[in-house]
Amino acid sequence: MTKVAEAIRAANVNGRAALIIYLPAGFPDMATSRACLEAAAEAGADLLEVGFPYSDPLMDGPTIQAASQVALDHGYTPVDDFAMCTELTAAVDVPVLLMTYVNLAWHFGGTDRFGEFARAAFGAGMAGAILPDLPAEEGEAWCRVAADAGLATVFLAAPTSSDERLAAVAERSSGWIYATSTMGVTGERPSLSGMAEPLVRRLRACSDKPVAVGIGVTSGAHARELSSFADGVIVGSAAVRAAESGGPAGVKELVAELAEGCRR
Amino acid sequence: MTVTAVGHYGRFGGRFVPEALIAALDELDSSFAEAAADPDFLDRLEALQRHYGGRPTPLYFSQRLTDHAGGARIYLKREDLAHTGSHKLCNVLGQGLLTERMGKGRLIAETGAGQHGVATATIAALLGMECVVYMGEEDTRRQRLNVVRMQLMGAEVIPVTSGTRTLKDAINEAMRDWVTNVEHTHYLIGSVVGPHPFPLMVREFVKVIGQEVRASLFEVEGRLPDAVVACVGGGSNAIGIFHPFIEDAGVRLVGVEAGGEGLSGERHAATLSGGSEGILHGARSFVLQDDFGQVQPTHSISAGLDYPGVGPEHAWLADSGRAEYIAATDQEALEGFRLLCRLEGIIPALEPSHAVLPALRIARELGPDAVVVLNLSGRGDKDVDEVSRLLGMTP
Repeated sequence: MTKVAEAIRAANVNGRAALIIYLPAGFPDMATSRACLEAAAEAGADLLEVGFPYSDPLMDGPTIQAASQVALDHGYTPVDDFAMCTELTAAVDVPVLLMTYVNLAWHFGGTDRFGEFARAAFGAGMAGAILPDLPAEEGEAWCRVAADAGLATVFLAAPTSSDERLAAVAERSSGWIYATSTMGVTGERPSLSGMAEPLVRRLRACSDKPVAVGIGVTSGAHARELSSFADGVIVGSAAVRAAESGGPAGVKELVAELAEGCRR
Repeated sequence: MTVTAVGHYGRFGGRFVPEALIAALDELDSSFAEAAADPDFLDRLEALQRHYGGRPTPLYFSQRLTDHAGGARIYLKREDLAHTGSHKLCNVLGQGLLTERMGKGRLIAETGAGQHGVATATIAALLGMECVVYMGEEDTRRQRLNVVRMQLMGAEVIPVTSGTRTLKDAINEAMRDWVTNVEHTHYLIGSVVGPHPFPLMVREFVKVIGQEVRASLFEVEGRLPDAVVACVGGGSNAIGIFHPFIEDAGVRLVGVEAGGEGLSGERHAATLSGGSEGILHGARSFVLQDDFGQVQPTHSISAGLDYPGVGPEHAWLADSGRAEYIAATDQEALEGFRLLCRLEGIIPALEPSHAVLPALRIARELGPDAVVVLNLSGRGDKDVDEVSRLLGMTP
């Protein structure tokens, strides 16, 4: 089992769904983003996802788009993002994954497609990666270098995925399987769609790997709803908004509420 | 693993999109394959292309441009005379009928110059579908006339204010809409870009351009052309006229990209001439990007070519050497625009205006025994405001 899967199972054994918090590197600035991620870990996040801002984030809604743009406007590059992650992973004892778009991973370090990026992530102490625009059938090259570098890879499953595709997504995923709770981009939603539970059930039928649900998860109440059937709960946009309005203290407050919701 | 990668052109192409879109791409792929083998579908499309779209468009021998160049005989493929004023309608008619066949009632599209948006609004009106067009805020200003045309036909035009506020960001926004509303919405991509099956499907719908050129030229010249020249943004008009000649090794295929203020600086949109390999909008191709893969802002005098990517089949044609890609600057495009106005009484769109001077140069190089075809992919009414401003003309 990978370190990432172990962390999720450890939470499950303790009667909780694992809480996974996403925040982008460099928002509102690099030092504050690190402080916010550390605050999330202190307040009860079981795993962290660090977003590496990309110019064309087509899976992201307005909150994460705007935060990414702020980071890019600072002039931060993936090299700066990795430097922050090196400090972050030294300071926290939860697994840290990287989430970004495939072109950044592919382009990093010149012609050694994916390899340099995977090694840099491992070198920064990271445990895995999520590339939301890399579907399973295009994922072979990445998975090979990621496995060589010691990184878990999380693939996405959608309510519209066929059973055949869910099986492929499950097979390729190491760490966990990312079940998207609804059709759409990242962003807070007043209520959850009801598509997540059937999707998780279908994934259970083809895999015993951990399944975490994300997209639209906004509150402790949402976390409670998902914890009844999912192994993990992923929160992004709401955390970004908390970081924006309240800094590390704001993140801590939100994460404490979400962690409470994750108790079964 | 039974799920396999599809839609590759050499190492280019593929499907790099969120999992949520894959089911829709699979549905589109199989619906297109079925439709392409269904005589009723093809008959209906052909009838619409002919009676509604105005196809075949003329292949016009341009005596005055030929004299001006002093070399090969120059023909213009008059896509500017097609309904809606550009080649874009042939793709849109195909995808519109396919949308109806899939039982979806809402069309979304991106547009740069507005020509594709106008074509999409047109088919939406014709088929009684809801239509939303995403257009960079910057482009809604410089192509205002087309915004009004879309609105007149009942489309909602949404100005996109994210990123660089041009075509690339309009595509991002359309993708976000699609991933949210995919159940009842078809994303009618307007170029040979995007994830499979779009580059293939759009090419199949626009290759009628090259097929018509082939037939017309056999009629008047009894031979193949020596060179075919077309502008390239995403590359739909170019693939449309190139594709039927790919197997004919003696036909030079020349794509002209937007050189903006010159390739030595950063203000251009010449992706194949000045970019590097990357993954953008769902396909592996060439991209204008920085050392880290962040997509770079582009510049072109023409909104339709102002795009940091290019279709994966063009990347493959460039990489394999089958087609050549060069760039023309804003100034050269303006000069081409003026030449066509003055010598032929044709006001071209700024996009194909980029291909005029290169076509004249190639005609000179090839000499009087040769034949050169220039794809005049659209008419220039939409550009009149912008050109008069750039030329300092006073009303």
